[in-house]
Amino acid sequence: MATLKINGETVTVDVEDDTPLLWVIREQVGLTGTKYGCGIAQCGTCTIHIDGSPVRSCVYPVGALSGDEEITTIEGLSEDASHPVQQAWAELDIPQCGYCQPGMIMAVSGMLNDNPNPSDEDIDAEITNICRCGTLARVRKGIKLAVEKA
Amino acid sequence: MADTGFLSRRGFIVGTGATGLTIGILASCAPAANEPEEPDYSDLAPNDEVNAWVHIDHDDTVTVRIARSEMGQGTLTGLAQLVADELDCDWSKVKTEYPTPGENLARERVWRDYATGGSQGIRGSQDYVREGAAAAKAMLIEAAANEWGVPASECTSENSVITHGPSGQTTTYGKVAGAASQLAPPLEVTVKDPADWKIIGEAKQRLDTADKLTGAQVYGADVQLDGMLNAAVKQAPKIGATLKSFDAAAVEGMPGVAKVVSVRNTFGEGDIAVAVIADTWWHANKALEALPVEWEGGVEFSTTEFEAELDNGLTAEEAFVGNGGGDLDGAFSGAAQMVEATYNMPLQNHACMEPMNTTALYTDERCEIWCPTQNGEAALGAVAEASGLPIEQCEVYKLHLGGGFGRRAMPDYVHQAVLIAKEMPGTPVKMLWSREESMMHGFFHPTTKARVRGSLDADGNLTGMHMRISGQSILAALIPQALQDGVDYATFQGLLPAGVDPRLEDQVLKYSFDNFLIDHAMRNPPVRPGFWRGVNLNQNAIYLECFMDEMAHAAGRDPLEFRLAHLGDSPKAAAVLQAVADGSGWGSDDGKARGLCVMYGFGSYVAACAEVTVDDDGVLSIDRIVAATDPGHAVNPQQIEAQVEGSFVYGLSAMLYGEITYEGGEVQERNFDTYNSLRIADMPEVETIIMPSGGFWGGVGEPTIAVAAPAVLNAIYAATGKRIRQLPIKDQDLRNA
Repeated sequence: MATLKINGETVTVDVEDDTPLLWVIREQVGLTGTKYGCGIAQCGTCTIHIDGSPVRSCVYPVGALSGDEEITTIEGLSEDASHPVQQAWAELDIPQCGYCQPGMIMAVSGMLNDNPNPSDEDIDAEITNICRCGTLARVRKGIKLAVEKA
Repeated sequence: MADTGFLSRRGFIVGTGATGLTIGILASCAPAANEPEEPDYSDLAPNDEVNAWVHIDHDDTVTVRIARSEMGQGTLTGLAQLVADELDCDWSKVKTEYPTPGENLARERVWRDYATGGSQGIRGSQDYVREGAAAAKAMLIEAAANEWGVPASECTSENSVITHGPSGQTTTYGKVAGAASQLAPPLEVTVKDPADWKIIGEAKQRLDTADKLTGAQVYGADVQLDGMLNAAVKQAPKIGATLKSFDAAAVEGMPGVAKVVSVRNTFGEGDIAVAVIADTWWHANKALEALPVEWEGGVEFSTTEFEAELDNGLTAEEAFVGNGGGDLDGAFSGAAQMVEATYNMPLQNHACMEPMNTTALYTDERCEIWCPTQNGEAALGAVAEASGLPIEQCEVYKLHLGGGFGRRAMPDYVHQAVLIAKEMPGTPVKMLWSREESMMHGFFHPTTKARVRGSLDADGNLTGMHMRISGQSILAALIPQALQDGVDYATFQGLLPAGVDPRLEDQVLKYSFDNFLIDHAMRNPPVRPGFWRGVNLNQNAIYLECFMDEMAHAAGRDPLEFRLAHLGDSPKAAAVLQAVADGSGWGSDDGKARGLCVMYGFGSYVAACAEVTVDDDGVLSIDRIVAATDPGHAVNPQQIEAQVEGSFVYGLSAMLYGEITYEGGEVQERNFDTYNSLRIADMPEVETIIMPSGGFWGGVGEPTIAVAAPAVLNAIYAATGKRIRQLPIKDQDLRNA
């Protein structure tokens, strides 16, 4: 059993401690916006926030949580897609297939929580998500637009 | 005359069994012009479709039916633009939906081809889609004219409003759609002249973005059905191996496990996979990893050892001729200088971000699947085949794809999901491959090498060229009936003469050479190849365009001028090349290292000029790429730009990292740690020049991939004096020669 605070709500789930948070979010909590891509923290599609910081949930065992952490998924980033990153993403029409974008948006918004005005070097170092459609050029523009909108 | 309209409307209502006269009166009493209030349509039955492509509801919402699959390439939006423009409808009220492959079958393939590949989404369906929309518009106008008792020729349409010019009466599409649906379609329609397009050619925002920003977009991997179980699969890791045994009892007590099943081979004999079905995928996969499994047989294939086969083909006597002409022997024997280079292309995985998956529900009477597929009809066929049910009792519900790139044109995973669900009749089962399964069991980009030799005369003119391609044929493995006397002409994408195959007219060589030969010694490894975004154009562009660069330097000539000298017969190819040269500052003395590439493929002219720096430690930085594309007609420029930018990510990821190797018959690269993809830190600035010259329809999703690697490889030479001919370049020393 584990108790999680996720998107402002407290939920109790019946899972083994070693279950990655990704799968708890998808299969027990039922929020499927957070995606499975690699299972080894390489691609970043599973990125969520724990207390505002980006975390790759596919390698984060649920048993490592105390229950006090605030977990945020793409569904909880804003009520109505109004987060500056979501607005910038809409304005620049960034997603192609879109599968990696929840993770991309959570990685970017998590970075901006800690570093509201990242340099290009900061972006290079902190945004390492894979996008096979190749939205990366627009992602960089989107980060800068989100900074303006914040 | 107004009564005629009323009667025909009432006839429609009776005939369609809607709720009767009340609706007929409501509809016929609707004032003809300048309605003061928006009526409440909530009590009305939905309108029938106007035709297969177009459904219009009472509130003027236009639903465009799209047969092709959306996998990120923007085809959904582009096709909707084609329909909306011909229809003269209000773009702000356009929605899309997928008609199911089963519905297409039942309606004698009214939506025609579902296959989404070959950069055909727009260009391969633009004619009948636009004609369908034009027919729908004619029927809407006729319905309005009937209602008013006026000639249709006196009515015009714009923004979903029909106006009768002489009287000034107006109505909307939503009001006449029901009546229009009862009319016979026009025998002939004329589509608009491109000069009259209003929505085609506009940089419209995609129609499918909103849900991709909130997690609301449901992909195949996200499907949830009542009572659904989840399956994790392990396939024989070694090529050609089969399942010998497994010990289900060892894992049946593990949390959530419902059943352990074997899965028979889709394409041959025996069982080739084992699946654990459980309450959650995590439980299924955990049990699968703990499951004792023994395999038997298989092929000890090694890509390292296969190099010798490829090398053998480079100089073999026998080869299939793809293109050629003139007197090559004469050119070579009279050469002032010969140049020779050998290049390679390794196996590559599509590596879609969404791993392979399908959810299937099987009963004795029916089998349905929910599936990300590039080919809904092939998926439907796979459902029928695997379920053993008549195809009329099968159905496919398509979902947006989390990447396709050609991988999801193959229905192997659909077949497998149905076989697994068949073990649990009445229970929906979602089968999801792990990343490792998706990496190991791909349909890989074929592997080839090429040895290219060229002759120069004393003035530095290219007098002869022989390109020998050695290696794998996609068609020989997947569609052998498409070979022509053994020749796989698709191997020669971008290198073909005109007239060899009508399906390959969009892949012809645009250079003119006096004396040349391009041939292919087929050498097939026991690895299943696939159509990988850009397909054979990708390596052919490297073989041709890196060699043209080598020849230009050997001749002491400017690589731009050297290429243009052979593009006299293809002004459109010359134009895109010149555009990237001009756009990048080619020939300036700013000290930047630049490389060029130009190709024709998938019906479009594309070029790139790359600027790179290589530091003293050999670290490559791809700084900027100027790209140009002439696809004939540009339906949505901002989406073309997105495809061009994305093509560099895909093409450069392959160039930098893309390599699948086999040892002992097993794929060695099983996840993104060993099969890397370009990250934002390595993403060059991309400037896209879209220069549609009109008069033809070219593809957009693929051709630019081919120019990515050659432009960068040629720029690396400009920076370092070193030719990189071995891909991927991840482990190579790029330091100055």
